[in-house]
Amino acid sequence: MKFTLHIWRQASRGATGKLVSYPLDAISPDMSFLEMLDILNEQLIQRGEGVVAFDHDCREGICGSCDMMINGLAHGPERGTTTCQLHMRSFRDGDHIYIEPWRARAFPVVKDLVCDRSAFDRVIQAGGFVGVNTGGAPDGNSLPIPKMNSDRAMDAAECIGCGACVAACPNASAMLFLSAKVSHLGSLPQGQAERKDRVRAMVAAHDREGFGHCTNINECEAACPKEISVEHIAQLNRDFIVSTVSAAVK
Amino acid sequence: MKLESKVPNGPLAEKWTRYKQNQKLINPANKAKYSVIVVGSGLAGGSAAASLAELGYKVSCFCFQDSPRRAHSIAAQGGINAAKNYRNDGDSIHRLFHDTIKGGDFRSRESNVHRLAEVSVNIIDQCVAQGVPFAREYGGMLDTRSFGGSQLQRTFYCRGQTGQQLLLGAYQALSRQIGAGTVKMFPRCEMLDLVVIDGKARGIVTRHLETGKIESHTADAVVLATGGYCNTYFLSTNALGCNVSATYRAHKRGALFANPCFTQIHPTCIPVAGDHQSKLTLMSESLRNDGRMWAPMNVADAGKHPRDIPEDARDYFLERKYPSYGNLAPRDISSRSAKEACDEGRGVGPGGRGVYLDFAKAISKQGEGPIREKYGNLFEMYERITSESGYERPMRIYPALHYTMGGLWVNYELMSNIAGLFVVGEANFSDHGANRLGASALMQGLADGYFVLPYTLTNWLADQKPGVTPVDHSEFKRTEAEATERLKKMLAIKGKKTAVELHRDLGNVMWDNVGMARSKASLESAIAKIRELRSEFWANVNVTGTDADLNAALERANRVADFMEFGELLALDALTREESCGAHFRVEYQQKDEAGMINGECERDDEKFQHVAAWEYTGTGQQPVRHIEPLEFDVVKPSKRSYK
Repeated sequence: MKFTLHIWRQASRGATGKLVSYPLDAISPDMSFLEMLDILNEQLIQRGEGVVAFDHDCREGICGSCDMMINGLAHGPERGTTTCQLHMRSFRDGDHIYIEPWRARAFPVVKDLVCDRSAFDRVIQAGGFVGVNTGGAPDGNSLPIPKMNSDRAMDAAECIGCGACVAACPNASAMLFLSAKVSHLGSLPQGQAERKDRVRAMVAAHDREGFGHCTNINECEAACPKEISVEHIAQLNRDFIVSTVSAAVK
Repeated sequence: MKLESKVPNGPLAEKWTRYKQNQKLINPANKAKYSVIVVGSGLAGGSAAASLAELGYKVSCFCFQDSPRRAHSIAAQGGINAAKNYRNDGDSIHRLFHDTIKGGDFRSRESNVHRLAEVSVNIIDQCVAQGVPFAREYGGMLDTRSFGGSQLQRTFYCRGQTGQQLLLGAYQALSRQIGAGTVKMFPRCEMLDLVVIDGKARGIVTRHLETGKIESHTADAVVLATGGYCNTYFLSTNALGCNVSATYRAHKRGALFANPCFTQIHPTCIPVAGDHQSKLTLMSESLRNDGRMWAPMNVADAGKHPRDIPEDARDYFLERKYPSYGNLAPRDISSRSAKEACDEGRGVGPGGRGVYLDFAKAISKQGEGPIREKYGNLFEMYERITSESGYERPMRIYPALHYTMGGLWVNYELMSNIAGLFVVGEANFSDHGANRLGASALMQGLADGYFVLPYTLTNWLADQKPGVTPVDHSEFKRTEAEATERLKKMLAIKGKKTAVELHRDLGNVMWDNVGMARSKASLESAIAKIRELRSEFWANVNVTGTDADLNAALERANRVADFMEFGELLALDALTREESCGAHFRVEYQQKDEAGMINGECERDDEKFQHVAAWEYTGTGQQPVRHIEPLEFDVVKPSKRSYK
């Protein structure tokens, strides 16, 4: 297969970037998107040029490293698929493919397709955990957890922290990411002790980082490679209101 | 050099308890005077960094990815073992210990393995307390399933994403400490070298991957939690960034490397589709609870669609050869059996390098729903890559490099032979012997980080005066200069081959000669070829860009340069271990059946090789020194390892 790739090249943080075109042929439909970019990079090295920088690691859709806007869609055209799981059989021979980094104030571009997502780590640091030290935990079976709650927690916990939700949202809101963690911990008995404080602290961190507000567009759910549901955002909003009211009353 | 394992005296089942009763302590206020560096943020590194910070130590944690949550532990699928006996099926600490020792083919340290089994129960409790969403039964209790090498259901899991959830539990605990200011986190920061002063590990030299800045960091102790070295073989189930550099550089600074040839090949991975392949994708062993492995009985049927091969023409080879364990035979045995079928010409899929993993019987018995629920994401992953559905036709699978049992040598306290250098998780050699059982890597990483290191590190630090060597010490400066020079040298070569091409060449040599079936001839050939490749690397590699910014080509070349040296050590270790055990199969040392014919099973030589081989670096291209630590088995007597 033959493609023309238009890739965002940017030398460093704050530098001016632009789209540069690269024709590529002899691409097998069984290749993954990143394997195709590997081939481009090998060619660039042979030509004495610097490689296109992009984040990647596991290449199996679980680490959340890979993050490309492909033809304007976060992670490309397939539902529930990360960039590294996208295969060239999803495109047609001769296609033009536009490849850009995530765009959001809270995710500054570092170089080419690499952006800085440390804002996500800071949101988790603000409360995305259960405040338990190592040791002294009760037996794992001491608190029965209804299967429904456990499954719901697992659904939410599957978030890989890639940031596609932010990239897809016109407001660059990270509500899906945030609500997934709040919902995961809030569905389990172990998360109840800090449930109210957690949601307020994490929402505050989210806003501090410069993510936008949620206006229920739902583009995030459509873009999410793990198909996390916006029902978690509804849950977050409920938790947030309860939390704010009870704090105000105190 | 005498290797002191420092195993405490007393009965096996009491050694760890005695250690903790007698160990030295540091009072909480004094702990704050000590600083610790943790390299790696996976299960072992993340749990260690969090736990040490909770105790009051000043912790700095480093990872080369953009966030600690990206460590490759995230990709582990199937589950984590623990001796809870919730199933009432006969499990106990002793049973888990015994299964793990046997699974390791009697090449691991008994006391370390017993401790692992003891703390396994605490790990589950800790993870549940953190909010790890383990699978539950309808009554609200934790669910368990079976895993290879065990006749019990002792594996706790989170769908097919257990590693992800366990890592997120540790990452969240770590995040809490980072938020509290007790851990300083350094993401996008790769360790280039270890600094040893007067025989003690005093710190590390790192390169910031965005700015290229080379920096020294000092501490009272250094902990390496940098994972395994499967990528020596180029293609493996590891992430692309996984590398041997941190442990190998520590090795060049004096840390012994133990049993590097014990590399695990996992039987069920998605087969290679072409030369462009960048990695191999694991299909969890948990699938073998319900999937049945088979190859066509007749070579003539290999090219047919599986639905055209009738039941009586199918060879369910694991069920045939190992009736007691069937499809849950341990990985080394299952991988060799799959390879055997393909070598006989009965392999399926492109290139004949594949066998089937078939769910038809399970689906017809349980329905598609329960199968979907148990393995959900795994079937989706398979379909994305192959565009075939595992619900409609058998999955095609083939063995691939997956885990490395070898690693830096450590004593009972998880300290290497370099004072102050501790090694945890897959990066060390200690617990799995010559073959790791499924669901035990997650167990070991968290055991080391949560429940072993906090005790043993405290015991060691109690005798050390806190106070770090300043970063402007000449040894740090010298190491920084060496690291800078090495990178500049790589950039200056401007040869004709990329680091990836050279890495692929190395991988081919390793897979063909140091893979599932090793021989004296293949290993000697590998050593010669690796030496040639190494020379070619330093004469002909082409790395573009600079060292002063984000440069993936330079990062890759830097890691490949280490593989080019380490691969030779691995092959040498395989050559000098003249026996077959676990994952290390030498064609010259096989069991014979009653008729005197070799039968494809390992023949161990307990008389000559019941020991750990710990290698000492003497210079690149120089013959390293092979030290041994004899292994004594007081409780589980080495027997013929059979899963029939």
